[in-house]
Amino acid sequence: MTTGATNLSTPGLARRIQAALYRRPRSQLLLLLLPPVGWFGVVYLGSLAVLLVSAFWYLDPVTSAVKHDFTLQNFQLLVSDPVYLKVTLRTVTIAVLVTIIDMIAAFPIAYYMARVASNRVRAALVTAVLLPLWAGYLVKVYAWRVILAQGGPLDWLLRQLGFPDASPGFSDLSMVIVFSYLWLPYMITPIYAGLERIPSSLLEASADLGGRNATTFRRVILPLALPAVAAGSIFTFSLTLGDYITPTLVSNSQFIGNVVFASQGVSNNVPFAAAFALVPTGIMAAYLLLARRLGAFDAL
Amino acid sequence: MNRFGLRIATGAVIVFLYLPIAIIALYAFDASRVQVWPIAVYTTSWFGVAFQNQDMIDAFSLSIRIGLAATTVAIVLGTLAALAIHRFSFFGRSSISFLFVLPIALPGIVTGMALNATINATGIGFNAFTITVGHATFCIVVAYNNVIARLRRSSRSIEEASMDLGASTFQTFRYVTFPAVRTAIVAGGLLAFALSFDEVVVTIFTAGTDQTLPIWIYNTLFRASQRPIVNVVALLVVVVSIVPVYVAQRLTSGGEPDGPS
Repeated sequence: MTTGATNLSTPGLARRIQAALYRRPRSQLLLLLLPPVGWFGVVYLGSLAVLLVSAFWYLDPVTSAVKHDFTLQNFQLLVSDPVYLKVTLRTVTIAVLVTIIDMIAAFPIAYYMARVASNRVRAALVTAVLLPLWAGYLVKVYAWRVILAQGGPLDWLLRQLGFPDASPGFSDLSMVIVFSYLWLPYMITPIYAGLERIPSSLLEASADLGGRNATTFRRVILPLALPAVAAGSIFTFSLTLGDYITPTLVSNSQFIGNVVFASQGVSNNVPFAAAFALVPTGIMAAYLLLARRLGAFDAL
Repeated sequence: MNRFGLRIATGAVIVFLYLPIAIIALYAFDASRVQVWPIAVYTTSWFGVAFQNQDMIDAFSLSIRIGLAATTVAIVLGTLAALAIHRFSFFGRSSISFLFVLPIALPGIVTGMALNATINATGIGFNAFTITVGHATFCIVVAYNNVIARLRRSSRSIEEASMDLGASTFQTFRYVTFPAVRTAIVAGGLLAFALSFDEVVVTIFTAGTDQTLPIWIYNTLFRASQRPIVNVVALLVVVVSIVPVYVAQRLTSGGEPDGPS
């Protein structure tokens, strides 16, 4: 604490700043908040704004340079060519399927962790569920590409079991499996936290009032866990919606992301890519509003 | 569902989560150039080949440097934000954490394309700098989540005691607040590094010709001749990502690491 003593005897600049800050907590708040919010505002919100604006620009057909003039042609193209509607429907359908599968797969393990397992087992399971989340997204998709490939482990296993042609190979079904695999921990974690918060007394009360296990589950546990399920579904739905690498690696289908990626990369048409990227943005905005009504944000 | 059924379901999910990672780890030791299951001969010789691949080494070192830079920015900004939110109430306070989670909660293609459109429109140019800025932006939430969770658990009264005993704002931060959140900052930093080290969906949109390790894998995995090397690097990525996360878990003792959510 010698520094403090020195500061006290000679009220230097640092001391005066501190005193000024102490008297004006608002400027303290501003100093703390300005760097992170400033960074975020400029880099992220700024970028989202640029995305929105660039969607109304166009490529000069002669020079292939981006013209910064207002046009609706990107959106006209999106609406007029049925292929974009088809890609959007495929992306959304698979995102919904993956979300439902993950809800069903996550509930039993989350319930076991929250209400059955001992403290020690619970802690181990929490770690076990979270670790794969960090094992490298691309590596996990690549692992599935290897597993699903012809002559790969799954193909081999099905052959041994007597189903020589049953392997899904690279297909839409494979995509559903791989997405469900990838985002499952994002669903387990919030449901586990949500179920753990339910007071045991409520379940006992339900049993005392004559509710069987199934009734208690349907009328007490499920409604109380709904915000947590909605919170998890934000991730499963959104992460599927925004992917293009998994479709490339384990299927022959295109997602919105594939079209966006190819438009900005291969054909250098950033305005069109930006316009199509607004579609998942809009879908997600609607989804977030719905999730908020279900109380998802309190369970995040 | 009875207890037995729950146990079976839990076990099945855990096996499902780890099986693909185990299989890719096995393939790293596959002697054959052509991947066929079951693996006939095991070898460690591909490790030597992989570690002599200059492109891979460059990508690895770029990933490490970007991870460290992005983590530093994320720690500073995330900690400042956590202190502000914890200590003050102000208009828009409740939306801040929602704002920080947006880069991860919004579809990757949206975040990626937004950054891409901005880099294009401003003419900054795609390079390691733009990758780092993108990574730092979506890593802030991880650092923020860890620090705010710790602040909420620690008592505000010890800071007040420090001030009552005559310590200045900076001294209180240095001797009281910072030691309380130090391990949370380290844990958040480790998680942020792991997130940066892995990320590929957004990164490709900000990268230009620079290759991070995941981008190198993505560009190389379609080349059949390179597959043994890709398998080795895949295992390397798993290890480099999981070790910091495991350490972070130990640091936030008793609690789970606050995931990307």
